Amino acid sequence: MADLTTREAFIDPFFNNNPISLQALGICSALAVTTKMSTALVMCAAVTAVTALSNVSISLLRKKIPDSIRIIVQLTVIASLVIVTDQILKAFVYDTAKELSVFVGLIITNCIVMGRAEAFAMQNPPKMAFIDGLANGLGYSVVLMAVALFRELFGSGSVFGYSVLQPVNQGGWYVPNGLMLLAPAAFFLIGCFIWAVRAWKPEQIEEEFHIGALLELSNEGHLR
Amino acid sequence: MQHSTRYIVGFAITICLVCALLVASAAVGLRDLQEANILLDRQKKVLTVAGLMKDGAKLSREEIVATFETNIVQKVIDLKSGVANDAVNVAAFNQQKAAKDPATSFVAPTNASKVRRLPNNALVFDVMEDDRLKALILPIEGYGLWGTLYGYIALAPDARTIVGITFYRHKETPGLGGEVDNPRWKAQWPGRLAFDDRGNPAIGVRKGVAGSVEEDPYNVDGLSGATITSRGVTALVRFWLGENGFGPYLANYRAKARI
Repeated sequence: MADLTTREAFIDPFFNNNPISLQALGICSALAVTTKMSTALVMCAAVTAVTALSNVSISLLRKKIPDSIRIIVQLTVIASLVIVTDQILKAFVYDTAKELSVFVGLIITNCIVMGRAEAFAMQNPPKMAFIDGLANGLGYSVVLMAVALFRELFGSGSVFGYSVLQPVNQGGWYVPNGLMLLAPAAFFLIGCFIWAVRAWKPEQIEEEFHIGALLELSNEGHLR
Repeated sequence: MQHSTRYIVGFAITICLVCALLVASAAVGLRDLQEANILLDRQKKVLTVAGLMKDGAKLSREEIVATFETNIVQKVIDLKSGVANDAVNVAAFNQQKAAKDPATSFVAPTNASKVRRLPNNALVFDVMEDDRLKALILPIEGYGLWGTLYGYIALAPDARTIVGITFYRHKETPGLGGEVDNPRWKAQWPGRLAFDDRGNPAIGVRKGVAGSVEEDPYNVDGLSGATITSRGVTALVRFWLGENGFGPYLANYRAKARI
């Protein structure tokens, strides 16, 4: 990792090493907040900001953090950043913050944030760590926004709240697909996304059983 | 890299202090903005149910505050006696918080709506137009399928005809119970009667399709695929209009208005 260029650090998390599709991290929030594009966008901004800032803070402290308590230090830093983000959202975009409710707080448990802090920021200087955090947040955002686009378009017939396919209950012709508004739809869409990415980049197909993905799912069992 | 125990403890304490400072300053620094948002949100909901603002319309903060101040009178009332309680600061009063605090609430009698505690005081609104009362707005809440529905119901000055209903927070299934948000379903409520001839709460969500307002004044269409939500709405509306809810307040109002 030491000779990673800035460009690679930024580009990789989008498709080559996407946190959701390859690392299978952060699925929980990807199910919960993607029924509407506007909420997904705010969630993406929050996760990206938290990942980038936590990476910088951890990277700045990386030579000072005692090994024995490093996880709890990372967690403290991340938790504080998440609370601050939550407070800012409640102060400036109250309506969306209300819809996101507990899921902003649950960024703390989003494995992308802590995964990047532990795997990258502990070994790399602040600038690279910032780029890595930013790019991983944006990689997460790409998937989230794609899932939200499909769910909102087919579930409510709109994009960013603007009616595209006029639904029947507002006098239009489109019968919304109720499944799209439920959590399983996000599973199907993420599955399709992973399939598409791996068909395009076959080197991402895993050879062996990936236990990390399963653990992540069972840890984040509250799929609402 | 080995560190001494003293270093580790010192490091942990420093991190905690810095983080606590960060969190506390964010919380304190942004509190005013957040409280203004909560207040604005409440005003928006009240304006919506009063029919002074379209559902989902985007009005600026100033417009909302201006409309609210010219048209709405807020009152804190004592729930049991139904008379205005001037001792409570209206702007700072939070009915849901009050209902949770044992000091400002009491255990509700068993009810179909699964309301466990009732606040001593409740926040109600009068909608005014040119100094004439146009509607009474009452907060309502109760259990649906997945969680509590929170909303408002508006009654005409006769305290019997419904002007509107809205739920601003609920956890019902999108597309099924979540259709309580559907403007077309909500449009069924205005004009129907909340109370029967003997003054008992009679309005309810029936199974299937309700008749026109004249033929079937006490029923609105059921929500297909959402029997439990429909029952929940019936139960909560009847509970809050009944003797344990705003019954005393409405009785006082009727006596005063000589209805």
